[in-house]
Amino acid sequence: MQPDKNGYFGEYGGRFVPETLIPVLDELEDTYSKLKEDTAFWAELERLSRVYSGRPTPLYFAESLTKHCGGAKILLKREDLLHTGAHKVNNALGQGLLAKKMGKQRIIAETGAGQHGVATAAVCAMLGIKCAIYMGEEDIRRQSLNVFRMKQMGAEVIPVCSGSRTLKDAVNEAIRDWVTNSRDTYFLFGSVVGPKPYPQMVRDFQSVIGKETREQMLAEYKRLPDYIVACVGGGSNAIGMFYPFIEDKQVNLIGCEAAGCGIESGKHASTICAGTVGMLHGARSYLLQDENGQIMETHSISAGLDYPGVGPEHSYLNDSGRAKYVAVDDKQTLEGFQLLCRMEGIMPALESSHAVYFATELAKKLDEDKIVVINLSGRGDKDIDIVINALGGIR
Amino acid sequence: MNRIDAVFNKKGHKALIAYVTVGYPSIEATMKIVPLLADSCCDIIELGIPFSDPMADGATIQHASYCALQNGITPKKCLDMVKELRKKTDVPLVFMTYYNPVYNYGLDKFCKDSIASGIDGLIIPDLTPDEGGELEYITGKQGMDLIYLLSPTSTKERIELVARKSRGFIYMVSLTGVTGTRDNMKLDIDNFIADVRKATANPLCVGFGISTPEQARQVSRLADGVIIGSQIIKLMEKDDDFASVGKFIKKTRQTMDG
Repeated sequence: MQPDKNGYFGEYGGRFVPETLIPVLDELEDTYSKLKEDTAFWAELERLSRVYSGRPTPLYFAESLTKHCGGAKILLKREDLLHTGAHKVNNALGQGLLAKKMGKQRIIAETGAGQHGVATAAVCAMLGIKCAIYMGEEDIRRQSLNVFRMKQMGAEVIPVCSGSRTLKDAVNEAIRDWVTNSRDTYFLFGSVVGPKPYPQMVRDFQSVIGKETREQMLAEYKRLPDYIVACVGGGSNAIGMFYPFIEDKQVNLIGCEAAGCGIESGKHASTICAGTVGMLHGARSYLLQDENGQIMETHSISAGLDYPGVGPEHSYLNDSGRAKYVAVDDKQTLEGFQLLCRMEGIMPALESSHAVYFATELAKKLDEDKIVVINLSGRGDKDIDIVINALGGIR
Repeated sequence: MNRIDAVFNKKGHKALIAYVTVGYPSIEATMKIVPLLADSCCDIIELGIPFSDPMADGATIQHASYCALQNGITPKKCLDMVKELRKKTDVPLVFMTYYNPVYNYGLDKFCKDSIASGIDGLIIPDLTPDEGGELEYITGKQGMDLIYLLSPTSTKERIELVARKSRGFIYMVSLTGVTGTRDNMKLDIDNFIADVRKATANPLCVGFGISTPEQARQVSRLADGVIIGSQIIKLMEKDDDFASVGKFIKKTRQTMDG
């Protein structure tokens, strides 16, 4: 669905930001709504997606994994093969071109796992725009490889040491920079969160994932899948995959949130499964908050899902029942990670491993004529240190 | 007439508005500093209800908010403290906080309980008139001022909208940025204030980054009030009896009036 004129998907979304940012968001919305009709812009984005990012990505039949599970056919949408290693580049490229059109001299972004940071740094290097990435100290520690990559691409990586020192705090700090420098600085939000028009705009740039998948399904299998499974932190890869299938009611959409050490432990990031409605980072949506409205600290083995909020459109899809949201814990995620490595020789990002685990468990229970598509949003190279630690060393 | 209007009805008097984070550095400190600020001629006191993710605040108030939360401060505790403070002072008291804690408490209940405790107004930096309709209605019904903010980036349309919707006064953000003291801050607000004056008879109070008596004087030549926050928090850290804060406020008052 398209959000209403105030940026609401049902009762979720809106624009809860300081007054200073309102004119900036208005300008962005104006520019974006004009660009939507600009065929030259989309042609350029399509061209760069092809020659720079490596689109289209394959829809791969995971035959060995399917045999192992002994149920439904499992297909992988290989966003992990994209340049910089994840779906994040789809959005970074789109917004980067937009920022350039707006004449912005500087791009800032937040990053959790570093995938969005690397994608943004790469696009900025290619477009010749100055780049600063806000990243929590805790994430800098656990994703040091990506920090190095960003720096090599000329980005300044600014450590954030407030709060939980993760993604949420990186967003806060990026917003503070933006409030201060909004005249010449573009904030390249990495997920479908934030004030309008970000949730819709980021979705539009990511929906290339679902569009391609839909075409590939029809071309190769002459039908649509029965299930689509994607991981959800803020939810950009999931919404990009779900959106083109929204009207195809026979396709079941499933978002996998991070259950961390288990929802009952309180150490998790299952925003829709265990959260309540409130305002964070500019939008009304589900979020993880305590009884006094303070945002809670989250935990997930994957830095990219370690976030207490979720995109407003996901909250809407949950309430309307169009999509289902489930929680996958750290242990199950590691199982998913190892299973895909072993069965297919593909090493998924820990974020995507949430979806791998759930989808394989699901496939086991389904008949052989059913098809499950996993959005393999990123590759796991960045996570090797974490996995080595979690498995108790290199064996 | 409510307490806030009474401040701006004093002819020729410029308001001095102080901000403190409730529960920083301790609950006792707040109970002591608020009457002290009132006695040192502050006209209005903003009480910050701490929020975990204060996106419009700089390092000083972020730190104060963090410590206050560690001290167990909740909206409910803030309301209880206001009740106690009201026994000691009649100075106008305004809550400043972010939208989520208020929304979580329940808009209606929050306003009712605030009024019952003796609060006169409410400032929410992440709430603009675009999203404020419901809270405007509720605060209006309860007789509490919902104070909106304007920024140097605000367009003519935004100025007119905020001018129409803001109650009590308009919080004029002096710069594009977050709260906090700055070295060598250049105040360039003459045109900004003139533009807003054209749109409204509402009192205009300027805040963000004001940290010296001289800056306060400069601002009060044009505006109706000056808001000082981070500098007060910093001075509170200097001594236990808050002598530095008292001295600073008195000096500022004199410089503004001089």
